[in-house]
Amino acid sequence: MYPPVIIIEAMLNGLLTGAIYALVALGLTLVYGVLHIINFAHGATLAAAMFAVWGLNAAFGVDPYLAIPILTPVFFVIGYAVQRFVIGPAAHGDDGNILLITLGLSILIENALLASFGSDTRSVSTDISFSVVEVGPFLLSTARLVGFAGSAVVALLFWLLMSRTDTGKAIRAVAREKLGARLVGINVGHVYAVTFGLGCAALAIAASFLMPTFYVNPRVGGAFVSIAFTVVVLGGMGSVPGAMIGGLIIGMVESLSGLYLGESLGQIGIFIIFILVLLLRPTGLFGAKA
Amino acid sequence: MKILNTTLHRRTVLKGGAAALATIAAPAIVRGAEPAPVKVGILQPVTGALAQDGGYGRLGAEFAIADINEAGGIKALDGAKLEMVFGDARSTPEAGTQEVERMQEEGVVAIVGGFASPICLAASQAAARYDLPYIVDVGVSDQIISRGLANTFRFAPGFALCTTAAINNLIKINEAAGNPAKTVALVHEDGLFGSGLAKLMADELPKHGFEILEMLSVPTPSRDLSNVTLRLRSLNPDLVIPSTYYGETVLLARTMQQQRVRPKGVYAVLNGAASNRRFVAEFPEAAENIMDCNHWHDPRNEKAIALQERVEAAGSPYNYNTPLNYSCVGLLADAIERAGKADRGAVIEALAGSTYADHLMPYGQTRFENGQNMGAAPVSTQVQSGDIKVIFPEEFANAKPNFPSNG
Repeated sequence: MYPPVIIIEAMLNGLLTGAIYALVALGLTLVYGVLHIINFAHGATLAAAMFAVWGLNAAFGVDPYLAIPILTPVFFVIGYAVQRFVIGPAAHGDDGNILLITLGLSILIENALLASFGSDTRSVSTDISFSVVEVGPFLLSTARLVGFAGSAVVALLFWLLMSRTDTGKAIRAVAREKLGARLVGINVGHVYAVTFGLGCAALAIAASFLMPTFYVNPRVGGAFVSIAFTVVVLGGMGSVPGAMIGGLIIGMVESLSGLYLGESLGQIGIFIIFILVLLLRPTGLFGAKA
Repeated sequence: MKILNTTLHRRTVLKGGAAALATIAAPAIVRGAEPAPVKVGILQPVTGALAQDGGYGRLGAEFAIADINEAGGIKALDGAKLEMVFGDARSTPEAGTQEVERMQEEGVVAIVGGFASPICLAASQAAARYDLPYIVDVGVSDQIISRGLANTFRFAPGFALCTTAAINNLIKINEAAGNPAKTVALVHEDGLFGSGLAKLMADELPKHGFEILEMLSVPTPSRDLSNVTLRLRSLNPDLVIPSTYYGETVLLARTMQQQRVRPKGVYAVLNGAASNRRFVAEFPEAAENIMDCNHWHDPRNEKAIALQERVEAAGSPYNYNTPLNYSCVGLLADAIERAGKADRGAVIEALAGSTYADHLMPYGQTRFENGQNMGAAPVSTQVQSGDIKVIFPEEFANAKPNFPSNG
């Protein structure tokens, strides 16, 4: 039906988009793996990060990529503080409460964005937004290639952090056995907050990679988080490599089903995967350990 | 005099002075009595999802009321001033209805505005219970004027008028250029608005020699339109007709520019972005040459140009909502003038027989038929050199169509 050039290019597009999905899913899966809760404020936080990228560009002319070293630490600190001083104390030790608090936070953040920026759709235009890299017959968006490479680097850094550092060991220990970790002297509250901070930092990076080609409004986060949930379920709840592989698979499935079934009906491909995984392999691809 | 009996505050004296001046200026018969102001309800969504559009609409109404008052108010009512009773429809039909109830209690003579079809439908129905005249500004749903409500008038063209004009304009623009466009791809959002419009186009255009290659439906919001663009590249249509909202249109135009998809023309209908000045300002290259068939002011009308200058001087972009609402308030003031009294029934009667022509829109004389202004029509615009120009019909055009756009 389509010439191979189109099909291959659609697959490449899917991989490039999938890398961003993976980055969004990374924070979600990490928080689930350690805190064992779904962070409902994930989408709203992504929207906030995208507004921050837009704001830096609009007010000071900061390039979205240069916003990464500024916003990543800022969002880490915000995430850390929110978990340590808001979610943690308010949960009173019950994980079910955390769920409700993040739900409340998402409403709060979305409406704060609505109040401060209005419901307008805004976008950033940089030199890279319209440039393409020609690979044979394919025209690949430069901004997406940068996003893909960036996501790979972030995933690698996460993997190194988790496997090679004491912080990573502490996070893994808390994820496996909270009480045991506490008994050997790990500060569980601190580890929770660090994990939450890392999740928010990943969102700041994802936002910086998204803004050169995408737009932002206060409700934009939902569009990515529904996908990120599917990625997390496919990859395995709490699994970092699962999120990466899952993101790429979902990106490709979405792209191909979009090509053959149309963009609207094509979304069905993603949710069929979601249901199939839940039915046939509820732990996901890499979820056994978590 | 009264002011001498009270403490002489500076403001009191100023007020008194102004009143005295007005008294001297007024005709001899009414000297000594300031006529009661005529309350006019202005309903716009200025918070929530539609806040941007609502804000432009309110601005137009405010300018109109100020201008009418400055020119001496309603002359048939001894120079009575218009007084705005503003209601925020908060982007929902429920809030719009609540505001109508409040305006009714405050004793407005008529309501103007609503912007979105659902708000207009609910608010005009609520107003109908009090026989309160309601002038719809934008709301394109044709359901608004097909309910037999005597109080409801729509000054702007609705969906049927817009789509008929869009198709006719397209055919004529294509003919004038020697029929370069034969194949069409429709890109539409998958809601009622986009799919309805696309279906209509798919039914009508083949009757005029166009071949529909594909109908591509996209969700709102779309995360990525690379695949749609890929399909457009492989289909290579002469014309792309997008009926999508702001975000998706911007995304599509940007991706098409990036992927070097250059059809002979992009012809949008009632599009959320193609005749929005912010889109043109932010992405001049992606927006260049995009055509749209939409509400627009008459670019040759001097009053419209003057209003544009005043709005831009006030720091707001000049989109169609502003001159449209300015004209709707003008239409109402004209009806009150002819009714000779601030009475709802009389105003409804005057509106129904209106021949108002002193507006800023490319419409000609007003003529209501079942509440719809049959003189209303959209125009075809095109983004040219970073500005939005009217290219069709010729009597309102301020530029020639650049079509086919890409040699």
